[in-house]
Amino acid sequence: MTNKMNLRNIKDKLKIGLTGSAVLLILAILTIILGTVIIGGYKSISWEFLTQAPTEGMTKGGIFPAIFGMVFSLLLMLIAVVPVGVATAVYLHEYAQPGFILTKLIRGAVNNLAGVPSIVFGLFGLGFFIQFIGGGLDRSLGQAGLFGQPCILWASLTLALMNLPMIIVATEEALRAIPQAERAGALALGATKWQSIRHVVLPQAIPGILTGVVLVISRGAGEVAPIMFTGAAYYLPYLPKLPTEQFMTLGYHIFVMTTQSPDIDATVPIAMGATLVLLALTFSLNIIAIIIRSRTRSQLRKGR
Amino acid sequence: MSLKKRRFKYLGESLIEGNIKITATFAIVVVFLIFIFIMRESLPIFFNGEVRQEITFGKLFKGTAWQPVSDNPRFSLWPIILGSLKVTLIALFFAVPVAIGAALYSSEFAGRRLKEFIKPAVELLAGIPSVVLGFFALMVMASFLKNIFGWEIRLNAVNAGIALGFAVIPSIYSLAEDAINAVPRSFREAALGLGASPWQTAVKVVLPAALPGVSAAVLFGMGRAVGETMVVLMAAGNAPLFSFNPLNSTRTMTATIAAELGEVVFGSGHYHALFFIGLVLFLVTFVINMTSWALFDGLMSKLYGSKK
Amino acid sequence: MQTGTDRLEIKGFNLYYHRTKALEDISMTIPEKRVTAIIGPSGCGKSTLLRSINRMNEMIDGVKVEGQILLDGEDIYQKDIDVVELRRKVGMVFQRPNPFPKSIFENVAFGVRMGDNVPAKEKLEEVVERSLKEAAIWDEVKDRLHRSAMELSGGQQQRVCIARALAVEPEVILMDEPASALDPIATAKIEELIFRLKEKYTIVIVTHNMQQAARVSGFTAFLMLGKLVEFGPTEKMMTNPASKLTEEYITGRFG
Ligand SMILES: Nc1ncnc2c1ncn2[C@@H]1O[C@H](COP(=O)(O)OP(=O)(O)O)[C@@H](O)[C@H]1O
Ligand SMILES: [Mg+2]
Repeated sequence: MTNKMNLRNIKDKLKIGLTGSAVLLILAILTIILGTVIIGGYKSISWEFLTQAPTEGMTKGGIFPAIFGMVFSLLLMLIAVVPVGVATAVYLHEYAQPGFILTKLIRGAVNNLAGVPSIVFGLFGLGFFIQFIGGGLDRSLGQAGLFGQPCILWASLTLALMNLPMIIVATEEALRAIPQAERAGALALGATKWQSIRHVVLPQAIPGILTGVVLVISRGAGEVAPIMFTGAAYYLPYLPKLPTEQFMTLGYHIFVMTTQSPDIDATVPIAMGATLVLLALTFSLNIIAIIIRSRTRSQLRKGR
Repeated sequence: MSLKKRRFKYLGESLIEGNIKITATFAIVVVFLIFIFIMRESLPIFFNGEVRQEITFGKLFKGTAWQPVSDNPRFSLWPIILGSLKVTLIALFFAVPVAIGAALYSSEFAGRRLKEFIKPAVELLAGIPSVVLGFFALMVMASFLKNIFGWEIRLNAVNAGIALGFAVIPSIYSLAEDAINAVPRSFREAALGLGASPWQTAVKVVLPAALPGVSAAVLFGMGRAVGETMVVLMAAGNAPLFSFNPLNSTRTMTATIAAELGEVVFGSGHYHALFFIGLVLFLVTFVINMTSWALFDGLMSKLYGSKK
Repeated sequence: MQTGTDRLEIKGFNLYYHRTKALEDISMTIPEKRVTAIIGPSGCGKSTLLRSINRMNEMIDGVKVEGQILLDGEDIYQKDIDVVELRRKVGMVFQRPNPFPKSIFENVAFGVRMGDNVPAKEKLEEVVERSLKEAAIWDEVKDRLHRSAMELSGGQQQRVCIARALAVEPEVILMDEPASALDPIATAKIEELIFRLKEKYTIVIVTHNMQQAARVSGFTAFLMLGKLVEFGPTEKMMTNPASKLTEEYITGRFG
């Protein structure tokens, strides 16, 4: 009897250990990817690498234009996605009635949008922004090739659509954490609904919105599929000045270097370096998001 | 003094409210626009006479060759559908046990501090851009696996599938963990009280109770895997072969669009075929995601009596 | 002091949460510059009735009302009533202190700032000081006006919430068990405060504590299962209740 029990105990422990090893495997994957990229890339990183343009068919030089283009496109993306995302979340959480058909439709759409493959966003950007909107603008302005071609603007808007659900979800989560009693307190003092949202609810939602913003920047920085046909260029000998120009960006640059290089051995160190920069950026952004989130959670636990 | 509303006093208020409401409907508009525009660019396959000389709906499902830019172009979707299936199945085969095992471990067996460490780690994994995963699989992992297992072809469906697994583990993990955590504590206490071991409790009580949610997590991961582009584009070898062998190079639907849209002639049959592939992807992921969502929602209302 | 005028009149008032009736045919009058207590067992509808007087029930969906509540003769449930104005006239203090996570100053200034004409800085400072003094908390917070109100004790927070309500110069103040979350000393302070505030304000207070009702109120309404069982001067109700139910309740046989 006892022997049997012991055997069962040991078997159980082993099985639990097996699930634990799944956790270890995840940690290992993370470490190996990070380790490989750091080891392979750190030698390439230098001030010049970050501030110079690629030269000699991307086998020498730096990645500055890719960083510049990435920042440019991400800024445009944020300008588009943050107001729309926050407003949608505010509507869903503060104004909408839960059982209402419109509310359900919006929720369904947001959920669906979050699951649309990134390359489909790319197709959409091409079909809608470039050909339909851009082409239409060009026709009505009587000129050719200004708006009806890939550029930063269309790429950023495509990224914005793709990241809309993320901002909405992050903002709504923040709104949910704010006690109903504070809204009631504001209304009972004779604040209008919007005043209570503007002065009591939104200020407290800022950390949550910020978490969303940081995550969206991180994801936007790494996405390639939606922008490869809507604005990103293989190589540009100059920096873009207007949103209507094409741009280089880090993720696409990595892809181009590793798959289309004329001399792969010469490109690998540069590609590794670029990957390290991208990974460092997305990791730091994710860590910032994790920190903001755990800070606000522990503040909530303390009853603020 | 009367309490009656003064006219126009709340004009600003209702303008703001109206604006917020209109903005909120934007998400619906976008989903519609995506559907309509992808549709619009794939319809010529059905209706446009000129395009139909090159390509028809029937041709998309005839034969086993995807050779859109040869003298005698062929547009069979089978090799790339097979490619998507193959890579997705391999990814799930690898990612499902890992993600669900880890979710089970972290919610049932891990201590509080360990738990607070696992979640951020998974979030970091989720934060790795897919182009970086693709890069890693292409430049590092493929050669490594080839040497170990003596593969003939370095870039193949298994290599891409494993890397794709890295990409979907976090999605499956987080949904599965939510589902497992949603199982009321009383279930566990009842089982433990009846003398079940922690392992038995986890596997015979908690996991079955969370099953709809865990299935939702797997489906969700599947949607992700089918729609993922950069990993498969870089790591699968990119040859649209009609082959069931997982160690052959392969090409998925997503990778086909990514690889060919850049060079395609606008308005050609090939161009419309690529949009048609996009339409298929949109619909397939739509169905997968909505099913996953319904399953998860169903679980939550079952466990909590009402919608969360 | 002139009393005896009725500020508020509740007439044949019913309230439903979806299909369940929570208040049934309530009729009573609330006299000016007096404290009126609403007592009754838990779940009998005290809070519901109180929230009806400044229409805070509208935050809850599925609420439907019938009948009238008149403020100075004007039915607050008519169409076109400016609910925001109503709530500025009829202030409210909640069961749990609910200061905003802002400074004490900002908490008290909040209602004024949300109004139609925001006064200049000095005037605002005056209002804040006056309100905090009126709420008997000025001395405790005057050196830390710009620190967060969340750092205060529960009793202090509740008095800041009272000051916050006073700052918009209401005429009626509704209090829903304002001391139930507080310790005895803080409770005594709040009761003392209520006693003084009635000189200037019409106060309606919900309490489940009989002694508290006896100490602070001039009139008492006894509710049970959503119905008004008895309403009258507190003293009479405590010593010589008209209804058997009231007697059983105040002698502590149930509730
Ligand atoms: N938001 C609500 N939705 C549905 N029913 C409610 C709600 N609030 C209160 N009730 C119901 O109305 C009745 C009166 O509640 P309440 O006014 O809070 O009582 P009291 O304050 O006397 O304890 C109770 O039966 C309660 O369950
Ligand atoms: Mg109550």
